[in-house]
Amino acid sequence: MRGRLNASLVTGGVLVGIVVLAALVSFVWTPHDPTLVDAAGKLREPGDGYLLGADKFGRDTFSQLMVGARTTLYVGIVAVGIAAAIGVPLGVIAGMTPLGWLSELIMRVNDLVFAFPALLLAVMLGAVYGAGTLTAMIAIGVATVPAFARVARAATLQVMVTDYILAARAAGRRRAAVAFRHVLPNISSVLIVQASVSFAIAILAEAALSFLGFGTRPPTPSWGRMLQESQELLFSTPRLALWPGLAIALAVLGFNLLGDGLRDYLDPKLRRIRAER
Amino acid sequence: MILYLLKRLGVFVASVAVAGVLVFAFMAVLPGDPAEVALGVNATPEAVAALRAEFGTDRPAAAQFADWFGGLVTGDFGTSYVTSAPIGPQIAERLNVTVALVLGGMVIALLIAVPAGTFAAVHHRNPLGAAISAFSQVGIAVPAFLAGILLVFVFAVKAQALPSGGYVPFADDPAEWLRSLLLPWLSLGLVQGAVLTRYVRSAVLDVMREDYLRTARAKGRGRMGALWRHGLRNASVPVVTVLGLQLATLLIGAVVVERVFVIPGLGDLLLNGVAGRDLLLVQGVVMVLVAAVLLINFLVDVAYAALDPRLRGAR
Repeated sequence: MRGRLNASLVTGGVLVGIVVLAALVSFVWTPHDPTLVDAAGKLREPGDGYLLGADKFGRDTFSQLMVGARTTLYVGIVAVGIAAAIGVPLGVIAGMTPLGWLSELIMRVNDLVFAFPALLLAVMLGAVYGAGTLTAMIAIGVATVPAFARVARAATLQVMVTDYILAARAAGRRRAAVAFRHVLPNISSVLIVQASVSFAIAILAEAALSFLGFGTRPPTPSWGRMLQESQELLFSTPRLALWPGLAIALAVLGFNLLGDGLRDYLDPKLRRIRAER
Repeated sequence: MILYLLKRLGVFVASVAVAGVLVFAFMAVLPGDPAEVALGVNATPEAVAALRAEFGTDRPAAAQFADWFGGLVTGDFGTSYVTSAPIGPQIAERLNVTVALVLGGMVIALLIAVPAGTFAAVHHRNPLGAAISAFSQVGIAVPAFLAGILLVFVFAVKAQALPSGGYVPFADDPAEWLRSLLLPWLSLGLVQGAVLTRYVRSAVLDVMREDYLRTARAKGRGRMGALWRHGLRNASVPVVTVLGLQLATLLIGAVVVERVFVIPGLGDLLLNGVAGRDLLLVQGVVMVLVAAVLLINFLVDVAYAALDPRLRGAR
């Protein structure tokens, strides 16, 4: 074992576990059909098979939250996947050739992409191609590339001065082999931490985009849109805002704590390399 | 020092230019011709061609870009294809509102984070300090628009002390202006304050371990006195970096918060532009926001040099 379990890791793991479980179970079972419009059950109070009540269309809040967890994880996985798939190779290349023109170019482009936040990219993509889950995922993913590239570069720079890399290069290993056999395995713990933190940011971004109408389209349930729909009913039925709000906050808290916990668990020495936000 | 600033300035100007090309190119791939859209399906080809000439969209892309980007420098953002209104004045009017929103949020964030972060660092071994750290972790998990909805619930629905939305210009009624912005400021400031508290805490903790602080204490300065005289400037370098990133986050967060509180800022203008398919307007607002983020990054670099002479030679 590489480290000891810590409070952040356990708390974060439990919170993330609940979200993942809710999403997985929602594939086979939800208490009610989350998209079923039921005029008679409009704004139904909690109870009687409706654990958290129903919204203005009579849709069961609990079922919507469960399927919303699926949407959240789906967007997070694809967005973080895009960011890691592009950012990590760029960061490793920039870190392995720190003085070359390629490294300079990568980091300059990185800084430029950094000036296009996920929200702006999503709005631009939405204006051109029509907003939806796909444009939101791509926008969040591309906007997260710089964070991965920077962290991968910083970690690679540290690894490159170690003796085992020197030995591998002295033994005539080719650059690609050094990157795959030695650099990537040794920076993986930093990248896992970054993935967890980026996941939390992706959840926040997806919620904001859905809130604005630039994310997941109706009728697919999404926490951000549940919040947006609840806003006009804040005076009469505040619980409709409470549950999706709580779901978003706990999911984000879960991934942030998991990231912090993993950082300490995987490699105590790396605590000082802060995963960039 | 001068050389460093000139180099950073050069990078800034080049970045804005490249960003301009990207934004323009992105909007140019759009299917559909603004002239055809404006005139509808029954327009004669002659009318469309005439309007195209009026819009200037019959010219090569490079000429259109030069015209648009050249105009930006003088504050001319072109004329909307949809509403025929000049875009520049609209952006300028909305920018005032958004800047007031962002700066107010930042001030609240700092008012929370600097005392709370310093306190949490100085008392990092006792429960109150740990409680502040835990509390900031929770604050980070709450998006600004959710904080806004919660604040509306507490202060507008329950206490009925503040308006739930709307905006009153400062010139009309300063007191009402303040009341209309208080909840939006808090929405942005509380969340960013939580994020910033963590960074202030770790920066002050780092400084507290430095030898020069121990020397200051040994000379007889109290803990807070030593921190005040010798610690703050050193602790401020990492905090300023985060502050810059935060300012950019706040700017984007303001777009969403404006929606929650129905405030006529840049975000509202942007989203209305998208809804009305007013692409030149969208292009202009996006460009202003991106340029603002780049400007903030540039100012952070300048602030670095001012705060820490050791960094002037770097990069």
